Formats: sequence, structure tokens, C-alpha cells
Amino acid sequence: MRRLLLAIVGAAAFTAAQADEFTEADLERWAAHFESVAQEGRRLWTSAELGTNGVACGQCHPNAANTHPETYPKFQKQLGRVAQMWEMVNWCIRNPLEGTDLDPGDPRMTALLAYMAKERRGVPIEAGKH
Amino acid sequence: MKIDRRGFLKRSGAAAAASVLPVSLVKLAFGQEQSAGQQDFTFAYISDSHIQQIRGAQFVRNWDQGLKRAVAEANLLEPAPDFVVFGGDLAQMGTKAELDHGAEFLSALRYPLHCVMGEHDYYLDLGEYWSELFGDQWYSFDHKGVHFVVLNSVLTYDEWTFERWESPERRMQEMAGLDNPNGSPFMVGERQREWLRNDLANVPRTTPIVVLSHSPLQKIYKGWNFWTEDAEEVQAILAPFEKVTVLYGHVHQIQYNQIGSIAFHSVMATAWPWPYPSTYAQSGAYVPVMTVPMNRADPFNERDATGWQFIDVHTGRAAVHYTLYDNKNRTVAYNAATGRPEDLEYQHPARRIPPQAHY
Repeated sequence: MRRLLLAIVGAAAFTAAQADEFTEADLERWAAHFESVAQEGRRLWTSAELGTNGVACGQCHPNAANTHPETYPKFQKQLGRVAQMWEMVNWCIRNPLEGTDLDPGDPRMTALLAYMAKERRGVPIEAGKH
Repeated sequence: MKIDRRGFLKRSGAAAAASVLPVSLVKLAFGQEQSAGQQDFTFAYISDSHIQQIRGAQFVRNWDQGLKRAVAEANLLEPAPDFVVFGGDLAQMGTKAELDHGAEFLSALRYPLHCVMGEHDYYLDLGEYWSELFGDQWYSFDHKGVHFVVLNSVLTYDEWTFERWESPERRMQEMAGLDNPNGSPFMVGERQREWLRNDLANVPRTTPIVVLSHSPLQKIYKGWNFWTEDAEEVQAILAPFEKVTVLYGHVHQIQYNQIGSIAFHSVMATAWPWPYPSTYAQSGAYVPVMTVPMNRADPFNERDATGWQFIDVHTGRAAVHYTLYDNKNRTVAYNAATGRPEDLEYQHPARRIPPQAHY
């Protein structure tokens, strides 16, 4: 185990210099990846496919407003504990959308979170704010 | 008969239930300026129910409950309102099934009904079936000294309506998304403005005018169609009258404003609340500066941030009494000293409470 860890650390050190050297083209490519995932999030946000009753996230949250992703994790007074953004997304999928929870790592959840974050860009992170 | 809000609720006999009504009760009072033919009266205002079909006989329960409750509670009001206004967006996708289902709920009302066209009722068949059920899309009527005008303010450019989309269903779908960039700005249009000029031509300038529209008849945020493209032209037609009140739906939130002699008040939705445009970080939009926002909605309480208000037009000016779920009631009244509507409790910035901070 210790030998394996050393090997990993060694490999990281060996590739560190290369990892830092990314180009404008890389930045554009990565931004495009984010953009396409956020776009898929927007598509899901405005579609009925996450629920069973035809209701979409965007019906109550135009442009993902009133979702406050910058405040999570935060104390969610209705749950009585600190919750994460994806838990609230699932709450909405279960209740107004009458659907089934997404796994937190589900690519659709990633897309929804990416879209919300994109619409909220420029707003400072304020975890815990109510 | 002068009825203040407290007296009204005492008399209602359903005061506890009434405190959570998603109904807008409108009271008109003429006070000392009351002249022949004018007498106090009330009407209820229900709006934005967005009845949404799932399939067959299944409809979204949440939105159904909002309208069903509004109608049931409106029927308990005492003293009885003279009539009810439904402020538009009865349906979500404008289908016969949705309009029929909504009309079924509304048919339980014990009072005469006046309906306003919303974009969700209109853009499937351009209001044809809605008109079969509810009558004209714009009209006026006089009631106890007040001249009421109903407008279809959700029309838009002909090219968008008639040429852009391959099917009526697609057209409805594109207009149904509030934030859809493929949508198109609402307008009253020249034909109706001409009708309005003629309709008002013989109305004395001192007669209180109440205009019922779905969209705001003022420009707030184009991106969500909190907007009427020809708002200035419509306002110019109304401006010569001394006391004008515009009551509008569509925005699912408390807004109020004063432009010249025209007071603007929004009414609440029975379906769900909407964020204020100022909270969309990319919009750069503002709500009318004098609006103290409604309290932020608790999403775990599905009827929260819907509510009811009644409005009295004392000496022709509006005082709007909002009753909100799980929140303290609000009154927004015309202040003769400042010449604009003001919240009686929260207007001063120092009086506002944390739930009124929207971000």
C-alpha cells in the first residue's frame, strides 16, 4: 500500500510540469465542455422529463432564479439540517415534479447544477446564507 | 357602507380560512366624493391558475388545488362580492381539456364572472375556444359608478403569431416558457387601442377607471415578458383620467407603481410564485422602485406566496389588502401626500424584514 502511494506521488511529481502547461485552445475546449453540459442542464430544466406530471423546473424558476446555488451548503430550515444543493434539486423533482430522485453523481444532476451555476455567475459564494 | 379590512374579515364568518385565501377581493369605496350612481362594492380577483393536463383525466394536483381553493373560499365571502374577475392564464397549454377543467372549477362560483385573456389561454388557437367559454377578449362595463375596461394585452407581432411556427402547438410551447428567448413581447395593439380611445371618448374624466389586463401595461423586464410593448401608448390613452387603476396578473408576485394618474397593482397567482426579475443575476432588471417585495416563498408549503388581496378605491384611489400564507398581511394604499401607492407598514426601508430581501 505504502509503495503504491509513493508510486502515485512520484508519478504526480513527474507530470506536474506538463499539467501546468495548457494552452488557449485547451481553455476554449474545456469551456466548451462546460457550456455543452450547462446547455443540457437548461434543456432538462425546461423539459418535463425529470418528473411524471409535465411540470418543469423552469415553470417556477425562470433562468434558474430563486435557487441560490451560492448559498449551499446551508441550514435548510424545512429539513432542520445543513443540506446541499443537489438535495434541494431532488426535493423539487420529488414534490412539484412528482418524479424520482437523481443520484448525486448522475450526469443529469451535474448538468442541472452546471446550468444553475452558470445563470448565477458573478454572484459571490456565500455558503450558509439564508 | 364603509367596510374596512378588519370589519370585512370579522363579518366574513370564515376569517380564519379567509386569511389564507388565494383570492383577491377588490373593494371600491367612494367615501365623501361619492356621487349619484356610485356606491361601495367589492369584487374578488382570482388569477394565474395554470391548469395543466398530464394525460386524459389527470391534471397537475398542485395547480388544481390552488384554483379549487380560491373558488371555494370566494364563495364563502361575506359580504358577497358583486362579481369575480379571473385575471388570465387559466390553462397552461391552452388546450380545450385544460380550459374545460378550469371552467369547471370556475362554474362553482356563485357570482358573475369577468375573464381576462392570458398568453397560456391564447396561443394554441388564438383564443377561439376561450372565447366560446368566456366571451369577448376585450370589452368594457360600468358598475356602480366605475368604468371597467378589460383588455387582451398578450397579443404580439403578426409575424411571430402567424408565420414563425410550424404548428399551433409549437407556438403555444414557445410562448409558455416565461424565460424563453424565442418568445415575443406582449402588446395591446393598434386595433384595441383604437377601440379603447373610442370606448373612453364619452367617459367623464372624473369617473374612476379600472383596467384589467393580464400583462402589466408597464415595462418591467422584457426577458420574462413582465412587459407590454405598447405600454406608453396605452398609458397615454388613460392619462387624461383623474383616477386610473390597472390591475394585472402574469407576474405571480406583489408589485405596485404609479405613473402619472395611473396606479398599477399586480395580483397574486393561485398556482405558484415567481422570482423578482432583479434576482436574476444576468438580467440587470429592477422592479418598480416603490415595491416592497412579498416575503420569499417557502417551497415546502406549496400554497405559500400565493394569496389574496382586496382593493378599495377610496375616492377613486386604490388601497390593496394582501393576505399571504404564513406571512403577515400587507396593505398597499394610495398616499395622497406623496401621490403614490405605499405599503402602510413596510414602505420605509428601515421597516422591512429579512424575508422581504430577495436576491
